[in-house]
Amino acid sequence: MKPGQGELLLAEGDRRVREDDERLVAEFRRQLDEGMWAAVPTVNSGSGRREATLIREYGEIPVGAERVIFFPRASGG
Amino acid sequence: MLLALLALALIALALAAPMLVREARRWRTRRMQRRVTVDNVLDASLYDPGRERRAEQRARELLRSCVNHEEWSMYRDLGFIRVDGRHARRAADGRRGRAPYAYIVYPHKPIVAYVPETGQLLSEYCVEFPDLAGGAGSRSRLPASDDVLAKWMALTSDEARVIRRANMHLVGRQLDPARVRRDLWRLAEWERRRTGGPVSRSPR
Repeated sequence: MKPGQGELLLAEGDRRVREDDERLVAEFRRQLDEGMWAAVPTVNSGSGRREATLIREYGEIPVGAERVIFFPRASGG
Repeated sequence: MLLALLALALIALALAAPMLVREARRWRTRRMQRRVTVDNVLDASLYDPGRERRAEQRARELLRSCVNHEEWSMYRDLGFIRVDGRHARRAADGRRGRAPYAYIVYPHKPIVAYVPETGQLLSEYCVEFPDLAGGAGSRSRLPASDDVLAKWMALTSDEARVIRRANMHLVGRQLDPARVRRDLWRLAEWERRRTGGPVSRSPR
């Protein structure tokens, strides 16, 4: 999610394919280096409700996650 | 005779030269100004007024695909989302399946914390998601629904972190408390209609 533009597709690919995975890792790192936060929409196994999981490293992305959403880090308004 | 005329013409040209140069400069300046005006008109004609609307439409779809069905319906019908607080201090907190406190998430407005049981307003948290690439002077912001989604993701994933980063104030600094109470009443009415519960009292 980018201010002034909204949703943008940064990269897509299959994590099981090595070339794709390398590209996704590079894009993930670039976004975090730019100060973005990354989150994955998930379903709480206990309550069954949807929530988000903050991702700090590429390896934390749950297996089977369809997308990672990057958004600017929060600051006091 | 011819030579004299030629000499006179050269002298006249030499005398008039500064004036001619000045006029040429003025003409060139006027021409450049006209070109800049034309360029501005062209730029204005290339501005796409539908860009924000399309971005907001995409943002709504993204929000819809991420949040719970109830939360999406709430946003669609009321214009805000309620997110339950996660930090219960006592075992008695959160009794009867209700969260001890919750947040009202508005687009591009502070997050409001309140007690669902009593409707008591606790505080407002001013938080924004600035354009990091645009530099300090950038005024562009997320589409409204993206702003709500960013707050929802931040609150449901790491509530403590986003609250720590926000500027906390008593309710009333940016939001009208009467309006927030009215929204809580609208929310109660909305939930009553969905569940078929009893009618709630209207706010004062």
